[in-house]
Amino acid sequence: MRHNVLVSRLALGLYLVIFFGYLLGPLVIMSMTAFNSNPFPTISPWDCFSFEWFQVLADDERILRSIRNSVVIGLGTVVLSVAMGLAAALLLTQIWPRWRATYYTIIIAPILIPGVVLGISTVVFWDRMSRFLGPATSDLFHNGIFLTVLGQSTFIASYTMLVFVARLQRYDPGLTEAALDLGATHVQAFRKILLPFMRPAIASAAVLAFLASFENYNTTTFTFGRYPTLTIELAQKVRYGINPSISALAFIIVMLTVFFALSAEAWRRGRMKMAGQAGGDPVPQRAGILPAFLRGNWAAVVLVLFSFVAITLFWTARSYSPEQCKAEVRAAKQAEAAKRREELLRRREEMRRQQQMKGPDIFAPSGRPAAPGASGRPDTDRAPFGGVFDPGNLEGQSGTGNAPRDGSPPQGGTEPQTGAGTGAENGEEPGNGGNRTTPFGSVFDPGNLSGTAGN
Amino acid sequence: MTDGVGVELENLWIRFGEFVAVRDASVNINGGDFFSFLGPSGCGKTTILRAVSGFLQPSEGRVLIGGRDMAGIGPNKRPTALIFQNLALFPLMKVWENITFSMEVRGASASERRRRADELLEMIALEGQGNKLPGELSGGQKQRVAIARALCAEPDVLLLDEPLSALDLKLRQHMRTELRAIQQRVGITFIYITHDQGEALTMSDNVAVMRAGVIEQIGTGHAIYDLPATPFVASFVGENNVFRGKVLEVKGDEALIRTNRSGDLLAQITPAARGVLKVGDDAMMFVRPEAFSLVDDAGAHAGKSLTARVVNEEFEGNSYSVFLESEGGKRIKMSLPNVGQERVVSTGDDLILKYELRNAVAMPAGELASE
Repeated sequence: MRHNVLVSRLALGLYLVIFFGYLLGPLVIMSMTAFNSNPFPTISPWDCFSFEWFQVLADDERILRSIRNSVVIGLGTVVLSVAMGLAAALLLTQIWPRWRATYYTIIIAPILIPGVVLGISTVVFWDRMSRFLGPATSDLFHNGIFLTVLGQSTFIASYTMLVFVARLQRYDPGLTEAALDLGATHVQAFRKILLPFMRPAIASAAVLAFLASFENYNTTTFTFGRYPTLTIELAQKVRYGINPSISALAFIIVMLTVFFALSAEAWRRGRMKMAGQAGGDPVPQRAGILPAFLRGNWAAVVLVLFSFVAITLFWTARSYSPEQCKAEVRAAKQAEAAKRREELLRRREEMRRQQQMKGPDIFAPSGRPAAPGASGRPDTDRAPFGGVFDPGNLEGQSGTGNAPRDGSPPQGGTEPQTGAGTGAENGEEPGNGGNRTTPFGSVFDPGNLSGTAGN
Repeated sequence: MTDGVGVELENLWIRFGEFVAVRDASVNINGGDFFSFLGPSGCGKTTILRAVSGFLQPSEGRVLIGGRDMAGIGPNKRPTALIFQNLALFPLMKVWENITFSMEVRGASASERRRRADELLEMIALEGQGNKLPGELSGGQKQRVAIARALCAEPDVLLLDEPLSALDLKLRQHMRTELRAIQQRVGITFIYITHDQGEALTMSDNVAVMRAGVIEQIGTGHAIYDLPATPFVASFVGENNVFRGKVLEVKGDEALIRTNRSGDLLAQITPAARGVLKVGDDAMMFVRPEAFSLVDDAGAHAGKSLTARVVNEEFEGNSYSVFLESEGGKRIKMSLPNVGQERVVSTGDDLILKYELRNAVAMPAGELASE
């Protein structure tokens, strides 16, 4: 029996470890990549501990502008969807019971409609409206912020309505009647009685609406116009190659989330403690070194520690310089690269000799273009197709910058060589995102490629 | 106490779709009265109250307050204040803000409101509690805050919708006297809704007993208790022994009734049924348990006595309830005051019960209040 209990405890523990690993692992790894000087978001190989990506992020004008857009749109969405959601929820309690289910279905439908559809329909609708109402409205109705706020609010208002409905179910309509009976007008009853009662729900709905707006992509992607939001900007960045400054941004967002969650918890516990004291329920006063407001409030303690660590981190970042380490890594990589180059040269030489002995291989040219072509490269600006057919041209040209850019090894079956190439190249040029590459001629030696392709 | 503002209901009908909640109710409530509507739940008494306070528009008929027709006047414009069954104190406002809400909506200054709140808090014996939230008060304290809040609006008519039903027995009894005292002090008209006949009888100047949307009887507590107009009132207000039978003889205000299982009994005809009850009619006759007394000899009390055998008795503190069965198998309850004697009766005794004529009421047969 006891054995079984132990096994089930272990299984539960293991499950929890896996579950939290699954949940938090990606966040942890992503946060760590923000501190790796490697220009690709990775933790292995770990080059140097570095804060440079935060600087890159701070210098990234586009990201900063997109954050500003996101905040503006988020606030607009909060205002609009909280107002609409509250109105919809109030109407739900007022409407004839017979129509309630139908009304509820209609009002909840936008949650079920794909965001893409909402985005397209918003753009189309306001475009039509502007044609209908004349050119005076054109600027507004084609404005990205205007459209995005409206588009997002169509479904976010449904979310906020659910929050309000939940709160309203606990509202005693007798309170409004009591206010009216005491001489209040309907407006006064709403403002002085119902609205204060709804305040917590309004706060949570506002947070919900802001977060939903901030993270929205699929509706926004149709409506943003000239005002890309953060999600749009990030998506564009990923398309053209990313560097760890995005991890740095993610790290900051995670930290902010933790900070606010801790603050909320600390505040809640503080209030609970106060309420306990007010009710004459003495909270056990443990004498300790902690000041009163931290006592018995683990969230506040953690919050203070957290803030302390964050400030330390910030000050470290200002004085810390990993130049020494980076130089060492660079040297190590160059040495490795040189070694590989020699080996490749040697192998190519060997191959040449073999080919000369065999005579020209007629299958080789047709096999060659398959290698770079299959590596999933969308842009062909660097290696014109014609050149691919020329083995000499391939040398030092084609295949460069390709592998490090999309991060996946070419499918030609040359993993060890390309992988090493990425590392070597990164070591050479940290901070440029691996876009502009110095052709490491010999590392990417197509002779090597051709060797495999010819096999 | 007739200087207050009176309330009149004229042929009031209130319907909800097919359902008739109030049927042709006409009441004239004097200014300064403590007037109760008494009836079982669902009888339409709360509906009447909502019509007076303005939350409901009557389907037919009129509500007049101080002689003024209230049709089309909203609850916030009527000189009434309602104390809700669940009190409906504003949970997020402090006690003093609750009490002076009616001043706030009229735009009174905070200091003015504070002053008035202190006065009212003193009146309801809650000095110094003004800064608490309603949730921090006990049931009786909330009750008093609700009263103060309503009185702060200085209504001409105070409407109370079963405000004591949530309190425990002791507190309820205490609040009864307190409410009555407050009413006498402020001198305004109180309209009180209750299903508790004790509350209605102790506090009210006048009571209207309702059943299924119809007002069955209006009168003082005494009149309603002693001379119920209908079998429903007789059985709903207080305890009563009901004897069914046929009218054998009518002599002025008296009737001799041949009861089904207890012989021929004499009773006075209730005022409402005088001239209506005829010989041969189905009749009901009511005698309260406390109206019976024990005699040794039935001879001297012909027509006003009956013989029965004790089945059971219960001690209730201030009295004994004795349950008897007549020869014909009729169950009878009598109550004997506890004046310190040993067991007066014991199970199996045959007793002769007699009553005075003024304590027996006869009326045409009708529906009783369901147990």
